[in-house]
Amino acid sequence: MTDPIIKFDKVVKRFDTLTVIDELDFEVGQGEKVTIIGPSGSGKSTVLRILMTLEPIQEGVVYVDGDMLWHEKANGGVKPAGEAHLRRMREKMGMVFQQFNLFPHMTVRRNLTEAPVKVLGMSKAEARERAEELLDMVGLADQADKFPHQLSGGQQQRVGIARALAMRPKIMLFDEPTSALDPELVGEVLSVIRRLAEEHDLTMLLVTHEMQFARQVSDRVCFFDRGKIKEQGTPEEIFGNPKEERTRAFLKAVLEGE
Amino acid sequence: MALAWGTCDGHTLMHWTEYFGPLMQGAWVTIELTVYSTILGAILSFAAGIGKTSHNPVLKGISVVYIEVFRGTSLLVQLFWLYFALPLIGDAVGIDLRLPPVVAGVLALSLNIGAYGAEVVRGAIQAVSKDQYEAAKACNFTPRQTLFSVVLPQAIPEMMPPFGNLAIQNLKDTALVSLISLGDLAFRAEQLRNFTQDSTTIYTMVLFMYFGMALVLTAIMKLLERNVGRWRAVRR
Amino acid sequence: MLFGIEWDTSSNLAFAISILPILLIGMWVTIQATVLGFFIAIVLGLVLAALKSVPLKIVSWPAYAITEFIRDTPLLIQLFFLYYVLPEYGLVFPAFLTGALALGIQYSAYTSEVYRAGIEAVAKGQHEAARALNFKSLRTFTHVVLPQAVPRIIPAMGNYLVSIMKDVPVLSVVTVLEMLNVAQIIGDRTFNYLIPLSMVGGLYLIMTLVASSAVRYLDMNLPKRGLPLK
Repeated sequence: MTDPIIKFDKVVKRFDTLTVIDELDFEVGQGEKVTIIGPSGSGKSTVLRILMTLEPIQEGVVYVDGDMLWHEKANGGVKPAGEAHLRRMREKMGMVFQQFNLFPHMTVRRNLTEAPVKVLGMSKAEARERAEELLDMVGLADQADKFPHQLSGGQQQRVGIARALAMRPKIMLFDEPTSALDPELVGEVLSVIRRLAEEHDLTMLLVTHEMQFARQVSDRVCFFDRGKIKEQGTPEEIFGNPKEERTRAFLKAVLEGE
Repeated sequence: MALAWGTCDGHTLMHWTEYFGPLMQGAWVTIELTVYSTILGAILSFAAGIGKTSHNPVLKGISVVYIEVFRGTSLLVQLFWLYFALPLIGDAVGIDLRLPPVVAGVLALSLNIGAYGAEVVRGAIQAVSKDQYEAAKACNFTPRQTLFSVVLPQAIPEMMPPFGNLAIQNLKDTALVSLISLGDLAFRAEQLRNFTQDSTTIYTMVLFMYFGMALVLTAIMKLLERNVGRWRAVRR
Repeated sequence: MLFGIEWDTSSNLAFAISILPILLIGMWVTIQATVLGFFIAIVLGLVLAALKSVPLKIVSWPAYAITEFIRDTPLLIQLFFLYYVLPEYGLVFPAFLTGALALGIQYSAYTSEVYRAGIEAVAKGQHEAARALNFKSLRTFTHVVLPQAVPRIIPAMGNYLVSIMKDVPVLSVVTVLEMLNVAQIIGDRTFNYLIPLSMVGGLYLIMTLVASSAVRYLDMNLPKRGLPLK
């Protein structure tokens, strides 16, 4: 493996007295597709939220693409990252939210062009063209002029994926992208993510409860428990022959539920 | 005195339909006052409302003090202070701060309504869900872009119903500027009453004129409300 | 001299100190007008709210129209109307009473909406439950709806008390000697408006601060019964 594109070094994240991420060491390689599974409250979504700079950390260092994420160098030392540094780092990442979080007052097209135009300084024409391509890719080319609330949950989430891609990220973060969907709409979203995984060299970090899907798309599966990686390995290792008792118990509970 | 009809015994000389002339003149001043102070008040509302949500302690401090002072005191006190007391400060520092009645009136009305409006703006901004701020961050918007592209467009439709109430409040409040001898509707009514002693007719007419203006203003605000919230009305 | 109290114009500070007791006398009138006006507003508001809830359109519709009319017209004009028109029909009140009545009428339009909203909010869910338990209608109202509505009504009413307080200076136009009028008279006689008017502003800040803290305290310490509404 070449240099990791994401690296957590003894990272601690606390909410008041509750430790959610506990001295976490974690690496993701360039172009790697990694799935994070685990019981709720295990801190798996927090990993993505730390990367997207939505949650600050208390201890340790996070590296993204060779740079410190939450720190920056200053006269020989290191200081907490300022807004300019965070913005530079955010450019590398795109995030897909559990609740879609589309901008409800913008059409689907504006949802996809607003940030490229305002943040990346792309021309309107170029941004629109790119939006058409992305909508075509997620199968929503005919919905560009609708508002988010006019779409089904599955369609909204596909727009959410397209919106994140519109910023040309190196890393895509998926935070339980299908958890808020009705069961019959899960498939269309998963197939978009699957195609993305197969056809692009994006680095993908995915938190999900869809075990079957995790098995199919990931290069590596990490089982999170109490703010740490309890066990990790190839999908075959984790799903076929988990070594840890807690992993086995979790998988048993989840797979029986399915 | 703008009224110069015949003798001092106006009661016998003036038919009630003749009241309309001066009252309409006054109503026009009332409308102008309402429009100016509502617009200026809206600007102040946004400035102070956004200022109060700011992380900059100076901006935040100024906004909070402005809002508290103007919500915590009476409009009439503010009006009199601007009109009677401010020139004395001007004297002390050697600047002429004597405001013409119309300036003092518009300023007092908009400062007052702006303080109430600021709380509406702040409330609506803070009611925009955390999810939207996170999505904006994930799209790498700057805080300013987040405010103008994401937060305000969603907050403004929420502000419209309370803004409608404030606009009506503002229309009613304009009557107070008659007390610094500005020739608005209330002022013309008082002049006519002095002249004719026909209180019942004059004040009944004036009440209905204010009511009519309020109905029109309500309709305008409803129209505006529908306009800024268009995206919400589109159904699938 | 006002109310038998002399002012001392030897220095700004001495002037401020000497007129404070005079302003406080005016403040006492302000408080009295506020309380009386508020009392009239909550009684009249209840009457309006009751009329609006009558299922007969011929009763409820005029009540709605009156509420709207009162709310859309200025307090000042309503006050002039009462002050000049009532005597023409033989109803002569002292200016203070006329003023309090005007405040009460203006704010009854607002308080009636508070009653209506408070009762409606509770009634929606609970009314049906009560009906299922076969309460008689009045009993439902006094035992089920009111105990839940009152804690929700009180804070909103409290806010209108504060608003009434801020509208009392309007009564100065009919010669009521409330705080602003007193300050204005001092200003007229000494040509120093700055100090009395600024002091009135300061005193108002204190009054509204105290009143709104009291309202907040009441709101937090009232027993909230029944289902939380939002």
